[in-house]
Amino acid sequence: MTLLDGATPAPATVPPVRRRRRLTMFVRRPFFTLALLVAAGFVVSAAFAPVFAPWDPTYQDIGAMMAPPATAGHLLGTDSYGQDILSRILFGARYALGIGLGAVAIGALGGLVLGMAAGLAGGRTEWVLMRIVDSILALPSLILAVAFIAILGQGVDKVIYAVGVALIGPFARTVRADVMQVRAQLFVEAAGLMGLAWLTVVWRHILPNVVYPLAVQVTIRISEAILVSSSLSFLGIGVTPPTPDWGLMISEGRAFVSFAPWMAGMPGAALAILLIALSIVGDGIREEFDPKMQRGGS
Amino acid sequence: MSEEGAPIFELLDVEKIFTITRATGPLKRETLRLPALDGVRLRIKQNTSLALVGESGSGKSTLVRILLGLNEPSNGQALFRGRPIVEARKGLRAPFHRDVAMIYQDARGSLNPRMSVEALIAEPIRHFRLCAEKEIPARVAALLARVGLPADVAKAYPAGLSGGQVRRVAIARALASEPSVLVADEAVSGLDVSTQAQLLNLLADLKRTMGLTLVFITHDLGVASYLCQEIAVLYLGRIVETGPTNDVLNAPAHPYSAALRRAAPAFFEPIAEPLPGEIPSPVNLPPGCRFAGRCPRRQDDCLALDPPLGRVLPGRHAACIHPLTGSPGGPAERGDAAPSNPDAVL
Repeated sequence: MTLLDGATPAPATVPPVRRRRRLTMFVRRPFFTLALLVAAGFVVSAAFAPVFAPWDPTYQDIGAMMAPPATAGHLLGTDSYGQDILSRILFGARYALGIGLGAVAIGALGGLVLGMAAGLAGGRTEWVLMRIVDSILALPSLILAVAFIAILGQGVDKVIYAVGVALIGPFARTVRADVMQVRAQLFVEAAGLMGLAWLTVVWRHILPNVVYPLAVQVTIRISEAILVSSSLSFLGIGVTPPTPDWGLMISEGRAFVSFAPWMAGMPGAALAILLIALSIVGDGIREEFDPKMQRGGS
Repeated sequence: MSEEGAPIFELLDVEKIFTITRATGPLKRETLRLPALDGVRLRIKQNTSLALVGESGSGKSTLVRILLGLNEPSNGQALFRGRPIVEARKGLRAPFHRDVAMIYQDARGSLNPRMSVEALIAEPIRHFRLCAEKEIPARVAALLARVGLPADVAKAYPAGLSGGQVRRVAIARALASEPSVLVADEAVSGLDVSTQAQLLNLLADLKRTMGLTLVFITHDLGVASYLCQEIAVLYLGRIVETGPTNDVLNAPAHPYSAALRRAAPAFFEPIAEPLPGEIPSPVNLPPGCRFAGRCPRRQDDCLALDPPLGRVLPGRHAACIHPLTGSPGGPAERGDAAPSNPDAVL
């Protein structure tokens, strides 16, 4: 057998990898798609809660207190005050998502400012800023949020501030790391050679390269923010009753868990499903867009 | 070559010393002085083209950083049109920024990955206010055409372009500010040979038609002789030989240039014996000539005297006590006759 035997040249194989990358990420990641649909479902039900909800979330149906699920008129049952659980879950999605997004916005913005300042200033300023961030990071975000609630008082807006401030630490760390990496890049030096003002260089060349990874972080942190805010409400120091908040509902249902498990179980399930969906969406986005997780182009 | 024309860049005994600290024990540290450049004299005249060649570690990159004003010389003066470079760089729209453009070796890294090619090339145009806002797209298209890229590249991002295309974009961007000096750091290395040839032709063409002064850092003597009229050979932070490229390459006066010339591979010839030994560490240089340890023509006085860059022939300078000028007729007259007959000089 000689080398010439195989006269037909090996077919020029188009690498299948290349073909597969062209498929959209929705087809390549079925779990991501499913999770995205679930999360979108929550967003839609939050947005149109008044349309979907059969009852006012704070209306107390004296005739049907602690009705089990699938009671006529109350699909998911009612709680100890006779409030419709389905309606409260739908309205509760508003609070969960609103608090989550608001808190992450505050955390991301604060982290961006702190991280940029630390990464760009260097020297003593950086040291001071990063020690502040370290002290924020030293406490779990829930404990920190509790401390802020103690200072600020209760209420939906206060929860947003508290959770947002608690999230600044992790955001600031990642932003600083990205800034340090980007500012060492050649295109930053090239921009300086062109004679651009330093602020212009920061705004045009450093910031865009930091904001995209930050946006990926945001999608991952939303679920953490929702969890922390629900925990605050569960502890009874977040939003005040009778606001339809999931954490609050779980907390109220806790006492009745042995004979009316749906009171805590339904909002708990809603919370769990939303968090899992958001985590999968966040991971998918990170794996797809984070340049650190892709092989280097060149 | 061209003796006329005022120097654009002038380096007068430039020294650049980096201090490095390294741990010698758990608590002890020592500070070392690392002279990356040591007594560099160089004049770069208007409309000339200069190749800076040398091994890695010879100080090419430091020299470029000094020329661009990114580093200040520790000693000596680095002048741009008669003014210290660091001073000439001050001010947002100082002429220096427009006049001197840089092409990086890592062209991809020198382009912001989040900007489209059009935005990248438009940035210097906008910054220096070279034309009205609505003429910018036409200008970008003209620059892209000038470097031989199709117009639809304008909408692409650097990540979507090939290595050769990215270099062309980097060249177009460098040209956008209408500079008079182009500093190129290994602008064609790491590309396949045909792309290299295209880029070299492009650069030679740009140099001719736009009257650019070119400073070209390379380790490829072939590239140097094709593109540059003048050459400066660097060894361990010092320029050991300068002169017209073809003269220097055909009849090197410094033994190091001769060794470099011989080390360049040629067709149908066995690869020459490489220069023995490693480039010594600049941290603790031996006394005497810095090349003495590797020099095949070393004599006793080489170990005692550190030769400065001196004139050996008209237009030729070398830092050597015993330069190679012995061949009949003199190297300067040989012009750019057929390549290399290294045996004649070594």
